[in-house]
Amino acid sequence: MPTKVEKDSITGHTTTGHEWDGLKELNRPLPKWWLYVMYATIVWAICWMVLYPSWPGIHGYFHGVLGYSQRDKVDADVAAVARQRAGSLDRIKVLSFDEIRKDPQLLAVAQTAGRITFANNCQPCHGAGGGGNPGYPALAAGNWLWGGTLPDIQQTVTHGIRSGDPDARQSQMPRFGADGILKPEEIQQVADYVATLFGIPAQGKDVSAGQKLFTENCAICHGDAGQGNREVGGPRLASRAHLYGSDRAAIVAQVTNPRMGVMPNWNARLDEATIKSVALYVHSLGGGE
Amino acid sequence: MFIRHETLEKNAFLFLLLTLLTIAIGGIVEVIPLFTIETTVEPVKGVRPYSPLESRGRDIYVREGCYVCHSQMIRALRDEVERYGHYSLAAESMYDHPFQWGSKRIGPDLARVGGKYSSEWHYAHLTNAQSVVPESLMPHYAFLADTPLDTDDLVNRLKAQRTVGVPYTDEDIANALADLRTQADPSADNTALLKRYPKAVTVPGNSTAPTEMDALVAYLQVLGTMVDFADPANEKLRQ
Repeated sequence: MPTKVEKDSITGHTTTGHEWDGLKELNRPLPKWWLYVMYATIVWAICWMVLYPSWPGIHGYFHGVLGYSQRDKVDADVAAVARQRAGSLDRIKVLSFDEIRKDPQLLAVAQTAGRITFANNCQPCHGAGGGGNPGYPALAAGNWLWGGTLPDIQQTVTHGIRSGDPDARQSQMPRFGADGILKPEEIQQVADYVATLFGIPAQGKDVSAGQKLFTENCAICHGDAGQGNREVGGPRLASRAHLYGSDRAAIVAQVTNPRMGVMPNWNARLDEATIKSVALYVHSLGGGE
Repeated sequence: MFIRHETLEKNAFLFLLLTLLTIAIGGIVEVIPLFTIETTVEPVKGVRPYSPLESRGRDIYVREGCYVCHSQMIRALRDEVERYGHYSLAAESMYDHPFQWGSKRIGPDLARVGGKYSSEWHYAHLTNAQSVVPESLMPHYAFLADTPLDTDDLVNRLKAQRTVGVPYTDEDIANALADLRTQADPSADNTALLKRYPKAVTVPGNSTAPTEMDALVAYLQVLGTMVDFADPANEKLRQ
């Protein structure tokens, strides 16, 4: 209970006047510097609330005296960078690929933009450096499904493959097994023949029946000798690189119930100059035509 | 300052009163903004409730703790907008209970991952991420493809969502199971599904017994695709 305030003889400070069973409390106020910093933060907070968006109201919120908006800021930042890049990107957009390639400085800009865009958007499927993944074409290999010239690549990147875009590249391999177009034994025969195209030796097996079936059913898209047909995106079979596996079981599976990849259309995410930059980068990976 | 500390300490009732007042201010500051939520979440065209398959996929997303490594929040910063696309809007997660904004980006942000990759890629990537992205450190979720999706409580789940404010209609709920199966079957007629849930992506799944992976891929493929930013109605979004 309150006792009288006295000076503590050991510390030299006064007591608060409280005493509990003989224990007294020293009166040690907050350090002045601490207290003033706290007052300063309160003043700071009030200024902040006046200057910046803060209070909610009935019809929206108080926008602050400065009218600051993070959204305006990001729009301005994006616009500023766009202006900075406009010189190069606008030229990439209007110039033809040949003209871009004649200008080493512009080409370097396009290659860099293409490389960064590729790493963010394309690499998860096509692999670093366009090395490809099972089911996703290797872009550095030159084994193009739809053509490897710069305009071809631009078309593919812009509209995609089976993407749902009206101008997307479309092709569909019939489900020879699942829909009963070929009998199981015929599929085995075709697989025997296609395996020889893949480079797997026939080992004395007679593949003429398979070859006949191939000519009747497959050659229209894959070519007479399995050389592929880019008009319809028919993959080249006479090759050692295959999307869905290189063994005989993979051939049977693909003929029976084919897998067909989807590539998104990038025109919704990337602008034209960026897509052309990506095309230039992809073209330079080693497979460009 | 104005009331001496001593006065406070010596008057229990006054002390109690002022304590209550202080706590009340703190409470009001937190609660009042919720009453004006409709002025905070700007109306945006295109945002719809998740389709039944997407909604179940979202449940799998939460269950597997995807949010521990993936955020769903593109902040209004230039580098984020350049990499991921338009910054996230409040309305885009208005039907998320709870939202999946996350606070950790061990993996990339997923707010606009829908349509960025093919569905086949998502299957391959969820099964074994390193098979397509060698440098990835994402765990394998192959078991999701072997686990049939539990649909017994589908209707109750949608009803629960409706209770907390997701506008599922009676028609949506009555057709829930059919819609769920349709979305996992590329050969099915999805006109009714798309009418109820525009932009729903049909996944090449198992239509008789959709797996958890089918649901998760359907969910991932719709993320960030609902709002059409080219639409002039959505042009002025400053809140």
